[in-house]
Formats: sequence, C-alpha cells, structure tokens
Amino acid sequence: MSLETITKNNVTSLAELVKLRQPVVSDGAILNPIRDRHQARLDELALPTTRDEAWRFTDLSQLTQVEFTAAPSPEVELQQIEINLLREAPESRLVFVNGVYRDRLSNRQGLPEGLYAGNLGDLPPEQKAKLENYLAKQPGQEDVFTALNNASFQDVAVIWLRRGTVLETPLQLLFVSVPGEQAMLTQSRCLVVAEANSHLTLVEEHLSTVEGCPDAQAVAYLNNAVSEIWLEDNADVTHVRLQRDNGSAFHIGKTAVTQARDSRYACHTLNLGSQLSRHNLDVYQTGPGTETTLNGLTLIGKVQTSDSHSTVIYDHPNSTVNQLHKCIVGDKGHAVFDGRVVVMKKAQLTNANQLNRNLLLSPKARVNTKPQLEIVADNVKCSHGATVSQLEADEVFYLQSRGLDKTTSQNLLVDAFAAEILQEIPVKSLQTAIAQCVACRTISY
Amino acid sequence: MIVENSDVILSVKNLNATVEGTPILKDLNLEIKAGEIHAIMGPNGSGKSTFSKILAGHPDYEVTSGEVIYKGQNLLELEADERATAGVFLAFQYPIEIPGVSNLDFLRVAYNSHRKAQDLEELDTFDFEDLVEEKLDIVKMRAEFLTRSVNEGFSGGEKKRNEILQMALLEPTLAILDETDSGLDIDALKTVAGGVNQLAQPDNCTLMITHYQRLLDYIIPDFVHIMYDGRILTTGGKDLALKLEEQGYDWAIAEFAAVGV
Repeated sequence: MSLETITKNNVTSLAELVKLRQPVVSDGAILNPIRDRHQARLDELALPTTRDEAWRFTDLSQLTQVEFTAAPSPEVELQQIEINLLREAPESRLVFVNGVYRDRLSNRQGLPEGLYAGNLGDLPPEQKAKLENYLAKQPGQEDVFTALNNASFQDVAVIWLRRGTVLETPLQLLFVSVPGEQAMLTQSRCLVVAEANSHLTLVEEHLSTVEGCPDAQAVAYLNNAVSEIWLEDNADVTHVRLQRDNGSAFHIGKTAVTQARDSRYACHTLNLGSQLSRHNLDVYQTGPGTETTLNGLTLIGKVQTSDSHSTVIYDHPNSTVNQLHKCIVGDKGHAVFDGRVVVMKKAQLTNANQLNRNLLLSPKARVNTKPQLEIVADNVKCSHGATVSQLEADEVFYLQSRGLDKTTSQNLLVDAFAAEILQEIPVKSLQTAIAQCVACRTISY
Repeated sequence: MIVENSDVILSVKNLNATVEGTPILKDLNLEIKAGEIHAIMGPNGSGKSTFSKILAGHPDYEVTSGEVIYKGQNLLELEADERATAGVFLAFQYPIEIPGVSNLDFLRVAYNSHRKAQDLEELDTFDFEDLVEEKLDIVKMRAEFLTRSVNEGFSGGEKKRNEILQMALLEPTLAILDETDSGLDIDALKTVAGGVNQLAQPDNCTLMITHYQRLLDYIIPDFVHIMYDGRILTTGGKDLALKLEEQGYDWAIAEFAAVGV
C-alpha cells in the first residue's frame, strides 16, 4: 500500500468519519433533520488531540491509523449473546446490533403498561410529538463525538416511562458490535425519559460477538455511544453502564443526565473492555433536592487505556452527590479519571463527596487523576480526593502468613478493592459475574 | 510447661539477617521444645519484631547466615504460606485491615488452605460456620464480628482477639505472638491471655515477644530471653522478667553485653 492511499483512507477528519454513516432505519422525519444539522457543524470541528485539555492524557492518534468503513448489518443469533443475558431480565430486553434495533433478539413481554421500550420508529405518536424536547437536547451536543453521533445515528433505543410507572425487573439494553472484514464505525444511541414518580433500573451493556485484542492488525471498530437520560420530578433511575467492547475496539461514550426536582439518579459504570475507551458522564439539574450517586470501576490491563470524565453541575439547593470511582490497572494499562463537581451560587446546602481511588498492579501501569471541585455557593459541605496505591507487601504477607498462597493473597486483595463498587450494583447476577473476573482480568502471572 | 524429653520444635542457630543491607539479627540462638512457653523481651530496636517476621517468612528481610530448623525441616526454604500450613503462626502486632472481605470468608479461606495442605476435604460455608462459632467463645467474640470486614474499624483489642481467634482455628504448632499485649486494656489483656493459655498444649509451643512484664502475669513463661542488638543476651525464668520490670534493661545490657564483646 502506498503512502498516498494510507493518507486517503485513514481518518484525518470528522467530515470523513461522517461520510461512513448509513441511512436512517427508524424515523427519517425526526432523525434526518437532526443529522443534517449536526453534519453541517462537523465541518467546523476537528478530532481532539492531546493538546486539548479534555484529552490531555488520552491520545486518539491510534484511531487515525485505522481505515474505517461503514457498519454492516450482519446476522446475529441469540445464542451468540446468550452469555450476556441477565437472568433477572428475561422479558425486558432490547438488543441493538451495530446501532440498529433487532426485534427478534429482544424480548419485551414483561414490560408494564406505561413503559415504552423499543426503537424510535414504533414509539407511540403521543410521545413522538414530545420528542423534540428530549432527543439531542441535553447540554453538550456540540462535543465532537456527540455531534458525530447526532450526525450519523440510524436508530435510537427509546425507553419512556409515563408518570408513576414502575418497572420491577431491570431493563437490559444491549449494544452489540459486529465488525465485518474491515474496521467499522458504529453509532449507539439511547434516550430515556422517566416522567414524574417513575422508577427504572437500566442495564446498558456494550459488547461484541467477535473476539479482539489490542493489536493493530486485528479488526477494530469504533463504538460511538450516546445516552441521554431525563429524570422528571421525583423520578428514580438506577443505571448500570457496562462497557466490555472487545480488545481491538475503540469506545467513545457519553452519558448526559438531567435531573428535575427531588429525582434520584445512580450510575454504576464498569469499564472493562476496548483498547481505548472514553466515557463522559455529565449530570445537570433543573430543580432542587436531587440525589446523584456515581459509582465507577475501571478494570484494565494489557495495553488498554480507559478514560473516565465526569461533570456534575449543581445550580439548585439541597442536593447531594456522592462519587466513588476506582481504577485497577494491570500490565501496561493506563487509566484516566477527571471528575468535576460544580456548585453554583444558588446551590446552597449542597453535599458533595468525590473520591477516586487507584490500584496499580504493575510497574508499567499508569494513572492520571484529577478530582476537581468548583464551589461558588458559601454554605455547602464538599470533599474530594484521590489515592494511588499498590498491593502492599505487608498485606500480602499477612494473608500468606495465614496459609493463602501468594497468588490467592493478591487476588483476594484486588477483589476486595473492587468489592466496594461491585456490591452496590443492584443486579445480583451481574455483580457475581464481574466479581468473579476481577482478579483474573487484571493479574497475569 | 516444661516437658521432659519433649521434641525440639524450633532450633535457631547463629542466625544473621539484614534489611536493606543493615544487619538486624547477629548470631541469634534459640531452642524451643514442645509444651514450652518462651518470652523474648528487649528494648525498642533490639530486633524482636524482626525476628518474629523472619520466622514467619516476611520477604523484606534477608537471612545472610545461620539456620532455622522447624520440626526437623529447614524453615528458611519455605514460603510464608508454606510455613503457615506447616504450623507456624504469627499473631501480628498490627493486623492488616482488609475492607471488602468479610471476616468469616477470610477465616474460611485461611482454614481451608490448611485443610488442603493436609490433603483434607475443605469445609463448606455451613460446616465452617459451626466450627468458628465454637471457637468464638475462646476469645469472647460476638458472632457479629464475623460479618464485618477483616479488622476494618476494629478497636485495638478486637484486632488482637481476632488474631487469637485465627490461632484457635489454625491450631499452630509454633505460635508467635508479636506484642500481643500492646494497646490492650486490662480486660482485653485477660481475655487474650486466657485464649492463649487455653490453646497452649503439651504438643505445641508459644513464643511471646513483649516489652512489658504485664502480659507475663497472665501467660506464665517457662523461659524469658533478653534480646539486645540482634541477639539473645541472657536467658532465665519468670523471675528475669520481674527483675527487668524493676530495674529496666540497662543493668542487663551492662552486665551481659560487655561480656559478649
């Protein structure tokens, strides 16, 4: 391959990436105007580099080495994803393949009256009419990758709970990426509207049916995911976001959340997969008395990079945010944490706690952490901090002196470090499954 | 108790050890037989705690010469966990806190590692709970300790009692108690000492490392060794500890260290 063709085929600009978009499959009347509006914007935007503050520690230049093609529409059988199906949600499952809804793989029999979950196309007209208030309406639409998703999405997973609707079981939303012969670009998109007094537990999972490894030769894909979540007065949403895209993948994710008065949002983020992943979690407020819980675990090794950015902006009084993000980094892994809590003038009596704890398991493992508090209000209680540690020889020795061999001792300590995050996950089978793979994923002997 | 013709459990001969190149133990000699209770006393920095960690196999210390024979085998060849399953137990001065692991799970994993080493079937959760509940009484611990994370938020006394509970479960042949009395009020001290006494049998032995004679009022030693500058200066009976309590270490250092030079 000549140098010239490399230049031509590789990603050098967003304009080239957006050319890979496929036609909409859901509701063109709604999606096309949004796509066109954002496509026009992309011409003015460039792929971020490490010179951009928000991307200082995460180098996207690997991405520009890959020749991306448009996402194919492959056949996928249920048994290919069976291992990922939650036993708690047999009849409340949505499956998207390469960003497009697959009814045959989904199961919606257990959904109550008052809850719509499916693709945009089948959304009842009554709610479609209100869509313009919600879809692509969270702050931050101008972020590069969010704009790319807006300009390219083919379909949208819509979860809409009418007033007072309660879903007893978790709702599982699977975004399955299936690359073909060549690297592909796929857009995952989700919209959640939780009307007043409704209650939802959502398990959003990103995965692939194809094995991958962080190797330039393996077939890569870029999963560019955006989820918008709206909580109206007194709504309660628990959100598990599990990212286990394959080891060749690039995952760029955004979760934008807006909380109205007295609503409660809890996010449990689990970053396990991808050679390079980024997740931006943004929480905004439109009323007082909200509660926000952000739990996160990044669990990486090999040559993986995983970057977690979060921004919580409080602009109303009497609210609470509790954030605990842990990173366990093995081998030559590189984790980034950048958490911002902004307490504006009106947000008196805010209670904010933010902590990032990191465990490095090898001499080559790396972490960059930046916990930040920006406080304008004068009557608040806020704390933040970060720790970086290794497995202490004294801790391993203590366990060995009780008869546990060295490997078991180290594994037990790594498991214990993760347990504080995992025990908060409200879905038992998922909690167990992740707990079982914590130590074995990060420690290799 | 001193038992006639009992087996030698631990024999330490001319042991020299360093940490990061600094000599800590200098030609240390010690022999402990089955049934005996020994106490090592000495001022800060004399190498007492280091000696206990070396016996248990802490990786930070390097043995440069000498030998440690435990029940006829070379202890220094074994990893820390192999020493543990062979019957060496160290009760820590500062037990490690492990948030996220329940005390019950930890005790069960530790207990089963010993079962496995002896080719015995591991106990399941239910059988183990029955066993551990029997042992709780030895250290007067409430069952709720079992559901808490290992040593997390435990008071000093609770941590030490938890150490003795582990000892009760693992039934060591050689129990080494490193400053087990430090940080204990008198009631906790009595409880811990009561547990140790209950576990001392004719076929096992105990080595106490301590600063204070106070502990020896409750656990009566057969032998008291004074350690100074990495070696045993002198050895006596219980009376030696009383003399130390009254007169301090200076006389012993003046009397015995000078002779050794």
